[in-house]
Amino acid sequence: MNTNETQSDIWRWMPDQMSTFASNVDGLFYFILILCVIFFTLIVGAMVYFVVKFRRRTDQDETPLIKGNHTIEIIWSVIPGILLIAIFTWGFVDWMKLGTVPPNALDVRVEGYKWAWSFVYPEGIVSGELVVPVGKPVKLTMSSKDVLHSFYVAEFRIKRDVLPGRYTVQWFEATDTGEHWVQCTEYCGTSHSKMIAKVKVVSQEEYDEWISTGGGMGDDVPLADLGKMLYEQRGCVACHSLDGSKVVGPTFKGLYGVERKFTDGTSAVADDNYLKTAILAPNDTVVEGFSPVMPSFQGQLNDRQISALIEFIKSVSQ
Amino acid sequence: MSSTSANSGIDEKKYLAHHFQNMAQQNASGKLGMWLFLGQELLFFSGLFMAYFAARYFYPETFLDAHTYLDWKLGALNTVVLLTSSLTMALAVRGAQTNNNASLVMNLWLTIILAFVFLVVKYFEYTHKFDLGILPGSFYAGPEIVGQPNVFFGLYFVLTGMHGLHVVIGIGVLIWVALQAQKGVYNSVNHVFVENVGLYWHLVDLIWIFLFPLLYLVK
Amino acid sequence: MFLSQQRTNSAAADASGSEPSYLTAKRGLMSWLVTVDHKRIGLMYLVSVLFFFLVGGLFALAVRMELFSPAENYFSADTYNKLFTLHGAVMVFLVIIPSIPASLGNFFLPLMLGVKDVAFPKLNLLSFYIYVFGACFFLYTLVSGGLDTGWTFYTPYSSSSSETSVISSTFGAFVLGFSSILTGVNFIVTMHKMRAPGMTWTRMPLFLWSLYATSVIQVLATPVLAITLLLLIAERTLGIGIFDPAMGGDPVLYQHFFWFYSHPAVYIMILPGFGVISELITINSRKHIFGYKAVAISSVSIAVIGFLVWGHHMFVSGQSEFISVFFSFLTYAVGLPTAIKVFSWVATMYKGSITLTTPMWYALSFLFLFSIGGLTGLFLGALSVDVHLHDTYFVVAHFHYVMMGGTIIAFIGGIHHWWPKMTGKMYNSAMGNLGCFLTFVGFNVTFFSQFLMGSQGMPRRYYTYLEQYETLHVISTIGSQVLGLGLFVTLFCFIHSLMAGKKAGKNPWGGLSMEWETESPPIEHNFHGQPVCERGPYDYGK
Repeated sequence: MNTNETQSDIWRWMPDQMSTFASNVDGLFYFILILCVIFFTLIVGAMVYFVVKFRRRTDQDETPLIKGNHTIEIIWSVIPGILLIAIFTWGFVDWMKLGTVPPNALDVRVEGYKWAWSFVYPEGIVSGELVVPVGKPVKLTMSSKDVLHSFYVAEFRIKRDVLPGRYTVQWFEATDTGEHWVQCTEYCGTSHSKMIAKVKVVSQEEYDEWISTGGGMGDDVPLADLGKMLYEQRGCVACHSLDGSKVVGPTFKGLYGVERKFTDGTSAVADDNYLKTAILAPNDTVVEGFSPVMPSFQGQLNDRQISALIEFIKSVSQ
Repeated sequence: MSSTSANSGIDEKKYLAHHFQNMAQQNASGKLGMWLFLGQELLFFSGLFMAYFAARYFYPETFLDAHTYLDWKLGALNTVVLLTSSLTMALAVRGAQTNNNASLVMNLWLTIILAFVFLVVKYFEYTHKFDLGILPGSFYAGPEIVGQPNVFFGLYFVLTGMHGLHVVIGIGVLIWVALQAQKGVYNSVNHVFVENVGLYWHLVDLIWIFLFPLLYLVK
Repeated sequence: MFLSQQRTNSAAADASGSEPSYLTAKRGLMSWLVTVDHKRIGLMYLVSVLFFFLVGGLFALAVRMELFSPAENYFSADTYNKLFTLHGAVMVFLVIIPSIPASLGNFFLPLMLGVKDVAFPKLNLLSFYIYVFGACFFLYTLVSGGLDTGWTFYTPYSSSSSETSVISSTFGAFVLGFSSILTGVNFIVTMHKMRAPGMTWTRMPLFLWSLYATSVIQVLATPVLAITLLLLIAERTLGIGIFDPAMGGDPVLYQHFFWFYSHPAVYIMILPGFGVISELITINSRKHIFGYKAVAISSVSIAVIGFLVWGHHMFVSGQSEFISVFFSFLTYAVGLPTAIKVFSWVATMYKGSITLTTPMWYALSFLFLFSIGGLTGLFLGALSVDVHLHDTYFVVAHFHYVMMGGTIIAFIGGIHHWWPKMTGKMYNSAMGNLGCFLTFVGFNVTFFSQFLMGSQGMPRRYYTYLEQYETLHVISTIGSQVLGLGLFVTLFCFIHSLMAGKKAGKNPWGGLSMEWETESPPIEHNFHGQPVCERGPYDYGK
């Protein structure tokens, strides 16, 4: 769902259908929903009717001795039984589709870490946003650097856990252009709820353009702007605030050029070289009052991107 | 219901708890309770065995290689020790059932001694491992072994450790029973507690019979 | 009029009324702390469980307050994570699992069987103290930095990443497991070996059948949780490399271990609730239960099939896709006996003589809420739909409808039902009904909105959330306050009854099961002499 078309539309069940799976899943969802409404009405309706009709009138009321009725018991076992098998089968058929990746799918690698997603394209682009072409199957090969995460896009009706030490795979084919959210659905610690990323479904032309400009991070983007994009997309934002508030990591406000005290008793001035080390080997020295929890970005960022981040930190330091 | 047992002239009332109707009911309840307890013990160790099989499935080569650092001769010795202790335990129960208190007391102490022998052998096995740097899990500093030796030895210590803990608890209970037996508490009417301890001890033995080949004799 | 048949043996019956009740037979604090009387142990459990229900409930209200708006409001992210974790852990391990079996079950199992006590009274007291000991570890967790792993303790977060008191809380849950196991052993043996003369299996009240099924699960599933938590502790302290991939382990293996216990544990939680409802509906409709055998056997078959469905918590976890198919199928297989129970309860009311006592209002609330809880399980069992709904608020709403709308409502209804027997006092039924009404309304407002936000894609365990879910969260938070108010009214109703309640007779509701034959409150050894069972518990009508 687009972020701006919200609020008004809360009395609904399923979100917009944006992938090829969605209509089938929703079909089964609403089928079950109708069955539920029917059975619920029967149960509660009978209950209310009996309460009214057979309420106690005097304390000497006589009741008939009814111990059971095999016909009724068989009927109310067999009919739900058949419906249950029908539901199972429907769910099973769509499940098999979810598990069968088409051979021509576009390959994207997904990496989850505390607390952001990064998407690695075959062309070597590393992005914090998942950009995909409309109408083309996309295969996600996913792994985690630390704990369990789960990759969930509600509009696509897909979800799969992302595990450390092994790969899990899922795929989807977007049916329309638009923007959605990837949400992490396996609890992963402090900023679990901020482990979200944008999915942008674009036309094939826009996608090709995006790839050819290095994922919107080409050399023509000014350094500080590039730094801001990286800050938002690569997960810095989950732990480092810009307004001076203390989250998981130190704030970027007033950081550049200031003396930092470390847990091992040493200290250093936060200049360009310090910041570079702090990005590539963050746990060598840890600022007092914080824990060594930041993942290393060694091999994740090229030199220009590191410079861009430092420029960005500089620009928000005042 | 008669309050004295027909054949031995022992006063049942002395042993009957207030909420039971007769000794037969009390004894049957005691035994069923113990069997249920053994059922949960079995599932407890099944969990550990499942962990073992999963790890072995992940790292078959490690298990093949690492088990050679366990001394199968000491393991076999301990198997014999425990089997013998099961025999003495069974004889102790027999002693209680037949009013042979001398046999009961002697066999209980024999069982306790054998249990201690088991622990002593285990102690030597453990210290030898520690000397080699074979410590559980991430403290592992032992010989180079293909794959994940920390997993094999981690499980080795957890499995044998949990079993050892059961042996220690068993010794505690056995000593208490032996002291009670010396006071002449048990006889052909009142012997369910001895039988239950016996059942527990056989289970401890049985689990070792599974542990021994799984850990020492990997093929 | 239902007491016309005098079942107690005549010689002892003369003593009726002269013997003091179990509450006054012995006096002083020590007489409670070392008691082996199942009734006193049951009451001590009841008080402890209600205390932790209050603690867990306050955590829940705090969680809902934080979610009133998507911004960061009252707590930090870490504190919020601890709040929802502790809410879950306290409610599951300290409240719902022991709730009905350990309190009402302990109190009424021997009374309903017509015996003096459970088979092993000392073991019963021991299991209470094990419960207290385990609870102490949870209290220690609270003051030593909390716990932030979620009540499921998923690895590798719990084994390597979390900096909170994972060991004390898992050890606490480990200890509590043994309390549960010993209670289960005690109940099974009591039911097998100690029934009163004439009390055949098919004359056992359905509450006891459900406790029997529960006990079987407690004995057979809980040890697996024990070993799982022990391995988790070993992983965290020693790093044995079984659950954490960084050390060579497998996190999915942990989930299999965990759910192998924790799914059957769902039935440990709900089956006793089923049992209570069978009693409430028959007695207040003055009707024989519809399909006694079907209801009794469905409890046992739920217990058995319940062992084979744990994998439905793991459809998207990375387990084999084909295994998931079997688990989905078996999940529907376990749904059927549950449906049969619900139908049978409704059919029991047909041509009855229905009186709307407070316990009956709770039974009706149960039927309403549990139907929703059970039916929404159909969505989650379907493989493709579960992919979308897994770990969203839909699941949160579903299990609250089952655990709270089912078990807790049955628990509170059961307390109302047996309150006169336990305390010898009646309560103000208008106040009781008001508590039930507010709880019912508040509950639905709180959790029905969560079905909507869940299916729209709101993930669970989120501290902040996307703005589109705000309205529904606001509704849910307001509902939670009504729910809290309802529970406080109920608590007040009980306290008021203790202080100013009218004296209750032997059998205020006109029940036929054996607990209604003795005094209210019962004498220390339950019955005057050995009672004999001469009819079934539901032989109402002609």
